[in-house]
Amino acid sequence: MSYLYIPAKWDVEFLHSAGEFTTRFLQNLKEKKIYGVRCPRCNRVLLPPRRVCDRCFVETTDWVEVSDVGTLQSFCVVYRKFWGLPDPPYAIGVFKLDGSDEALVHFIGGVDLTDPTKLEEVVKIGRKFRAVWAEERRGHILDIKYFEPMN
Amino acid sequence: MNRTAIIGVGISRCGHRRDDVTHPELVYEAVREALDMAGLWIDEVDCIVYGTMDPFDGILAPEKWDGEAMGVGRLKPMIKVTTGGTTGMSIALTAYTLASSGLFDVVMAVSGQRVSENVEAQKVLNLAVDPFHDRPFGIGAIAAAAFQASSYMHRLGDSRRVEEAMAMVSSKNRTVALRNPKAHLKRPLTVEEALRSPLLIWPIKYSDSCPSSDGSAAVIFASERAAKRISDRRAWVLAADTISDSYYWGSKDLSVWDSLAILARRVYKRAGITDPRRQIDTAELYDAFSIQEILEYEAVGFAEKYKGTELLFEGLTDFHGDLPVNASGGVLSTNPIGATGLIKTAEAALQVMGAAGEHQVPDAQTSIAHAWGGALQFHTLIVLSSEIGVKRP
Ligand SMILES: [Zn+2]
Repeated sequence: MSYLYIPAKWDVEFLHSAGEFTTRFLQNLKEKKIYGVRCPRCNRVLLPPRRVCDRCFVETTDWVEVSDVGTLQSFCVVYRKFWGLPDPPYAIGVFKLDGSDEALVHFIGGVDLTDPTKLEEVVKIGRKFRAVWAEERRGHILDIKYFEPMN
Repeated sequence: MNRTAIIGVGISRCGHRRDDVTHPELVYEAVREALDMAGLWIDEVDCIVYGTMDPFDGILAPEKWDGEAMGVGRLKPMIKVTTGGTTGMSIALTAYTLASSGLFDVVMAVSGQRVSENVEAQKVLNLAVDPFHDRPFGIGAIAAAAFQASSYMHRLGDSRRVEEAMAMVSSKNRTVALRNPKAHLKRPLTVEEALRSPLLIWPIKYSDSCPSSDGSAAVIFASERAAKRISDRRAWVLAADTISDSYYWGSKDLSVWDSLAILARRVYKRAGITDPRRQIDTAELYDAFSIQEILEYEAVGFAEKYKGTELLFEGLTDFHGDLPVNASGGVLSTNPIGATGLIKTAEAALQVMGAAGEHQVPDAQTSIAHAWGGALQFHTLIVLSSEIGVKRP
């Protein structure tokens, strides 16, 4: 038998508040500064900054400026178009910024991704990467355009 | 806690677009099979634990509509639990806990999901992360698995070996799925074909990834007293537990699954397992992506840290190996997301009941089932056995 169908579509808008901690983190990006927060118990600098250290369940205290240079811990390269995301190919890295104890997720730029067989020659885990800042900054994670390899 | 057993399991036919059924009708298929296996009438089930990953199906709170499929109209207690990819096993754990607590004698875990009615599931997946830090980058399950794979390759210092081992996992699971009449993808895959498969998110290829399936599952847990009265086909729960970890990618070592390793040690201790490789006969590990099966070998104690690929090159975890993993074809062959963990539990139970049919592992006495969910964040693990204890190491 041939079945009947009913099309459906969700079109729902939301307005999310960044709250105190994330607002302060994003506002600082406008000034090309990256801040983490210190946990008074384990003494780690957490990134992104948040009210509670999820390892210790203790409220964080001091804001600590961290470097915009860091070590690549892991990465992936998107080769397929996903809805609502940039056109491929693009790379995403996990960067442990100097002065921070947790890594930040962001785009990798300034590397040739066209040949997947050469990826591990152009993007190297363990190497240093530097933030490239956007010309116009609005208090958004993309105020950092991407991280590019140093030398 | 009272001793508890699984006495009935049901798994629907899984596939791309089950257009022959509505949402509750799909759920009913598994519920009917589980009740029939246990020989129970719905009123003999004291409580229902239901779970699904709501927005994927475009129906918010589908437990309302699905109620008819699980006896809610018979005025039963019903509880809903949801934890992303772990959902199916979270409801199994909840049902087990309720049956062993003495509050109820017979508890049925039920889940249904039809991901393939979602025309662009990515629209939902993009919303499953925080809007400030992760969403602009689209860090979903595939990118997370890709992070795991590239971290693991770096730690091993031999990307080619990991790539080959991943292809071996996919080939093994996709091929054994041919034996499972309920599985979704039933096309054999060779290691060579897997290696030639196009890249999705490097280093994850299409062949390393699970499909989107429609499917449902139901598993009936009973206290010892009820289990012995109702059925002589039982999978005893020797231990079951769950663990959670930080949301943030940058706070975890993605080349190992430490949280699962901690959970496994905790669960094995309770089950009396000291040598998992010898005392467990078969395992249903959550292979949403092939790299994850390798990390899981290490976390559940089948291999030393960073030695997981060896099991594949030795053939240990093949269907005909000494420790078959994912004899059902695994998540790589069938993935109705919220129901998948319950299918894992059901498959592990069928193995120790000796009722797995074409994909039965010979003489399986003890099995484990596992699921992960969230931002590589939640794990649940269960040990099942045909006997009241495990065999000696
Ligand atoms: Zn802390």
